[in-house]
Amino acid sequence: MLTNFLFVGFPYVALVLAIVVSILRFTWRPFSYSSLSSQFLESESLFWGSGLWHWGILWVLSGHLFAFFLPEAILAWNARPLRLYLLEITGLSMALLALVGVVALLVRRFTDRRVKVVTSPLDLVLLVVLLYQVASGIDVAIRYRWGSAWFSTNAAPYLWSLIKLAPRPELIAPLPWMVKLHFLSGFTVILLLPFTRLVHFLVVPIWYYWRRPQVVIWNRKGLR
Amino acid sequence: MDIRSQVAMVFHLDKCIGCHTCSIACKNVWTDRKGADYMWWNNVETKPGTGYPTQWENQEEYKGGWVVKDGKLQLRLTSKGKFLQKIFHQPSLPTMDEYYEPWTYRYEDLFNGPEQDDQPTAIPVSKVTGQYIDIEAGPNWDDDLGGSPLYARNDVNLSALSEEQRLQLLSIETLVMFYLPRICNHCANPACVAACPSGAIYKRGEDGIVLINQNVCRGWRYCVSACPYKKVFYNWSTGKSEKCLLCYPRVETGQAPACFHSCVGRIRYMGVLLYDADKIEAAGLRPDAELVTAHRDLLVDPNDPAVIESARKNGVSEQVLKAARQSPVYRFVKDWGLALAPHPEYRTFPSLFYVPALGPVTYSVEDGVALNPTSTEEIFAPLDQARLPMSYLASLFGAGQEAPVRYAMKKMLAIRTWKRATEVGDVDLKVALAGLREADCDPEQAEAIYRLTSLCGFEDRFVIPASHREQAVEVLTNPLERKGAAGFGFREAPQRGF
Repeated sequence: MLTNFLFVGFPYVALVLAIVVSILRFTWRPFSYSSLSSQFLESESLFWGSGLWHWGILWVLSGHLFAFFLPEAILAWNARPLRLYLLEITGLSMALLALVGVVALLVRRFTDRRVKVVTSPLDLVLLVVLLYQVASGIDVAIRYRWGSAWFSTNAAPYLWSLIKLAPRPELIAPLPWMVKLHFLSGFTVILLLPFTRLVHFLVVPIWYYWRRPQVVIWNRKGLR
Repeated sequence: MDIRSQVAMVFHLDKCIGCHTCSIACKNVWTDRKGADYMWWNNVETKPGTGYPTQWENQEEYKGGWVVKDGKLQLRLTSKGKFLQKIFHQPSLPTMDEYYEPWTYRYEDLFNGPEQDDQPTAIPVSKVTGQYIDIEAGPNWDDDLGGSPLYARNDVNLSALSEEQRLQLLSIETLVMFYLPRICNHCANPACVAACPSGAIYKRGEDGIVLINQNVCRGWRYCVSACPYKKVFYNWSTGKSEKCLLCYPRVETGQAPACFHSCVGRIRYMGVLLYDADKIEAAGLRPDAELVTAHRDLLVDPNDPAVIESARKNGVSEQVLKAARQSPVYRFVKDWGLALAPHPEYRTFPSLFYVPALGPVTYSVEDGVALNPTSTEEIFAPLDQARLPMSYLASLFGAGQEAPVRYAMKKMLAIRTWKRATEVGDVDLKVALAGLREADCDPEQAEAIYRLTSLCGFEDRFVIPASHREQAVEVLTNPLERKGAAGFGFREAPQRGF
């Protein structure tokens, strides 16, 4: 019952809310979509916090996504121990960068007098959840080796079973609790996505590369 | 040929008295809000000085404007390839400390303070944190050369001067200053538009006003760094960028913007310029020395039939074309060559032009009586004897070239002498006329310049065609929806986040 609630019900609730609320918010409250950057108020510690966090988590996240989409490729890569070590060490060091970054961001939220003013309770909740997510990930990576192996055999199929609407929570049943908590906080991040500043992740301006340098809007002719 | 219309501006610096009425008019209408309280869309700087934000002209630091790289026009901020690398932290973004931390005073303490031996005081409190702050800087902290050892000495333009000139400029006996009112230049080649990752900033096709769609802005902050004039501001409360909107609700109905309307010295002129958008890129690629000419060549003759035809094809209305033919800006910039864009080397092609300040006349004095010039050499002698070296003005208005500044100053000096000769009569008319001729002027033009400078009424200074934008919109779409898309007037409180 609890397993079903936590690993079937909760992820669906998080995912559905993430999609629906993000779209509704984008449609009805477009003004609220912003990175809400506080660099203008404090720049120096943001350089370390934001830089380390974003670069670190981007690599870790793409690793997770890669293993999610191509689990066989990861297993094939891991066939040689040296390559496995390389993958795990890279992932772990990127996670450590992200950890330092998110701690720096949290400290900054509490110490800078100006940044405190623009810090909402949800900002703090989000940062704490992210901190837990990264810390638990590092813990799992160190204690339950090798993550890249069992992610591909257990976690990826479980996540795919959710996507395919035929949930198989039994796939992750044998995994340790620490790993399960990592799943849960991951779903919590997804749940928080539409309600917090994390929406900036959905509007990463990659379109910039394709647009013309000057934007001219005509009353009659529209965009040009 | 792609002729577009642009509402353009001239600020006549010789008439600016530095009263900051324009700044206050703007502040009261647009930026008296949380998050915008530190913004001065219009500000008046004392030159020499470091300005607002401090040293905004230092592009080594702030990376504003365009540069020519490998034969291409490119933002100084970053190349397109490396663009997204800077999204997590903008290395060249000025922070609040480079502007100032806005503050107010706790006035209620004057009334509610406890009974004591001393008078109560109203302590300064930050408008960001609400806590007591030790005020270290404010807007116009260096007004009228206040604190000039710190501020005027660090003016970026002084690097164009020799060591001796710098010493002279800053020694107490030969101090000199003038005012530089600044608003958004609504450039023909705006760097802020080109840098916006979200495509939220746009130039209006009809009048060239540059606006930020608040619903599309995501607070990536590239525009703040990319604008070389630092006239895009980050609202720290809403997480959106904001900028001068040239009071477009007023301009659309044929009224002058608040800062123009309130100008005490009547230094501000507004009119339509027609420019050829096809030629912008080629003009931007020209070397520094040719930029003033290249910019003027972009601005086309509103009486040329080919120009009129192309403009009509772009939907420029007859009313706008008529206004372009009467534009005071066109006269100052093109017909007379008196007005110059600030820092043309940034290659954004501003729509705001300045008539450089002539400053006090420095004719020689004998027995306490100023001597009037008796030869053309004497008329133009002040140009090189002036306390403010020509190279300083050349750095500010000529991309380092003295010729265009000298041309404007020479003409103004010649006209001043000519009017002295015709009105007061203590200068030889022949000498004054020779002076006019040497300055590429004639009595007719001198009279026109004199009238538009000194005797200009409201209708002479502001020739603004009503755009009837509202009618055009109503035909096409729901006007309220359109209002939201124009970056103004959407019915939602500017609240931070969700």
